[in-house]
Amino acid sequence: MEQDRPQTLYEKIWNAHVVDQRDDGTALIYIDRHLVHEVTSPQAFEGLRKAGRQVRRPDLTLAVPDHNLPTTARVDANGNKIPIADPQSAAQLEALEANAPAFGIKYIGASDREQGIVHVIGPEQGFTLPGTTLVCGDSHTAAHGALGALAFGIGTSEVEHVLATQTLQLSRSKSMEIRVEGLLGPGISPKDLILHIIGVIGAAGGTGHVIEYRGEVFEQMSIEGRLTVSNMSIEAGARAGLIAPDDKTFAYLKGRPMAPKGADWDAAVAYWKTLKSDDGARFDKSVTINAADVAPTVTWGTSPEDVIPVTGHVPAPESFADPSKQDAARKSLDYMGLASGQALSDVSVENIFIGSCTNSRIEDLRAAAKVLDGRKKAEGVKWAIVVPGSGLVKAQAEAEGLDKIFTASGFEWREPGCSACLGMNPDKVPAGERCASTSNRNFVGRQGPGARTHLMSPAMAAAAAVTGKLTDVRELMGVN
Amino acid sequence: MKPVRKVEGRAIPFGRKNVDTDVIISAKWLKTISRDGLGEGAFESVRAQEGNVFDDPEYAGAPILIAGDNFGCGSSREHAAWALDDMGVKAIIAPSFSDIFSSNAFKNGLLAIPLPQEAIDRLMEVAKTDPITVDMESMSVTTPFQDRFTFEMDPFRQQCLMDGVDEIDLTMAKSDAIEAHETRVDSAQSWHKPVMA
Ligand code: SF4
Repeated sequence: MEQDRPQTLYEKIWNAHVVDQRDDGTALIYIDRHLVHEVTSPQAFEGLRKAGRQVRRPDLTLAVPDHNLPTTARVDANGNKIPIADPQSAAQLEALEANAPAFGIKYIGASDREQGIVHVIGPEQGFTLPGTTLVCGDSHTAAHGALGALAFGIGTSEVEHVLATQTLQLSRSKSMEIRVEGLLGPGISPKDLILHIIGVIGAAGGTGHVIEYRGEVFEQMSIEGRLTVSNMSIEAGARAGLIAPDDKTFAYLKGRPMAPKGADWDAAVAYWKTLKSDDGARFDKSVTINAADVAPTVTWGTSPEDVIPVTGHVPAPESFADPSKQDAARKSLDYMGLASGQALSDVSVENIFIGSCTNSRIEDLRAAAKVLDGRKKAEGVKWAIVVPGSGLVKAQAEAEGLDKIFTASGFEWREPGCSACLGMNPDKVPAGERCASTSNRNFVGRQGPGARTHLMSPAMAAAAAVTGKLTDVRELMGVN
Repeated sequence: MKPVRKVEGRAIPFGRKNVDTDVIISAKWLKTISRDGLGEGAFESVRAQEGNVFDDPEYAGAPILIAGDNFGCGSSREHAAWALDDMGVKAIIAPSFSDIFSSNAFKNGLLAIPLPQEAIDRLMEVAKTDPITVDMESMSVTTPFQDRFTFEMDPFRQQCLMDGVDEIDLTMAKSDAIEAHETRVDSAQSWHKPVMA
């Protein structure tokens, strides 16, 4: 009977992975894919060692460093590795370099061509597949849901639990449908859409839920764009995001190094085609968004829900109904150095960051380069960097000549990594300065102590670089 | 994990409310590769103050910490539990704990013991001169002065802590079910494994 009821995509993936059901409603869930990076894994490996345990399925595990790595050159002119100056970052990197081979895990090294941000290389290598469960000790693991994988971030004890048992004890989330009606206007990107969605449902709007994004706009969207959207599900409080796999997904994955080949490929596609929410499937919550309402969107505060169209004005704290939000808005404005009523287009920026697992794929770089082609960064912009999401993205961009466009316009062209998405490596925004950033979190101090972050799309960040202010890219490019 | 049936000894009368994870261990300690050694960084900002309880020789090596409401709020960093464990604290007694902290404490075999504020007030007094006992079997906290406060805990957690069972061991006991799942997937989905060169 249960089985006859129409099911959501989330239920289908969940049910296919239940190893053991407990009376209290939690279940032991099998994990098909585990991505490991240098920051959240050392203590997990240490735990295994102390208990004399092995990694149950090294063949389902992939390790790569990204968070701590400086994005400057990693090898010198003679091909020798350049050591990391910060001793603690160096120790975390060394630990992963030693732990991966010691436990039989495939390791992509800091100076390998395939190195990159975990959430960029998972899909790029074909490690991420539709219908799989995928975890990583980083909250933006939600990104992989763009390919129809049930993917979420976990803590260090859970990393250890997955390494040892390939499972997690989980309670089932509620399901939430975000249905977008219509298509995005010219010059509007997937980043604008997800920022707009978070603005509508709030930073806690998806708490306890797994979001499925539905509607024609997602069907038309590239995989890169879907990754940007699903990546930020966590910023809406959701555990994971999902987009049903389709022909675009299959075309994206076909031929990727770790994706199935030959007859296996055909069998996989046949299965993946069943992975969509059935007609009449019931979601616990459903929200409808009108695509026509989405403008180029920018954050003004210190929560990702603090969004407004770039054409708008900084809101007054009193304009919020909730007193605690009023208070938070006051603190945000103070931290951000903004006054209510100020036009966003009057706000100057000193730093530009194009990168992070949200927006560092080839399409993101193409979109930014299109804006920067033949233009130069404004005088007031002191620091502008482009950090490709992986070595392969970097190589592709260079083959297309995008690096030349970036450097000609005054940007630095860097090595792949998390970079200025979080203040954990040398790429930081100075205190009190603003950054037009394509990353995913505008929390207090996220890009460095006192740094003021404005989240936006790659094209918008490029436009801000050109004018030195928050700018409507449609105006700059003559699109309307 | 080591079974914990009883924690006995002096208690640090800290008493502060809303002790967040940043106070327990600040962000600069997150770049470590070990669970050990974090005790050195525990309560760094508090210890910077003259006359703090943590550096009072009276409480050296005390295995119990007494605090106010909402202990361990803030980030999900497991480092907070690791730091307490490393400094020798095996039980924390407070009126309430953040959800994430109590789950992290549990995962690391630390006792997070909830008691009402009146009990905390009394224990803070006793702690200044005498030892305190936390007993998991009888779910009680006692003093040499005949005080006896009982607490509640999820029976599953209580059992795990007393038996020293950790979650990995519990899951490993289900390895037959895990293997059965793997066999099922191997035969139904030949494409399932990543192709690793
Ligand atoms: S780019 Fe930022 S969000 Fe993405 S994995 Fe790195 S630190 Fe996490």
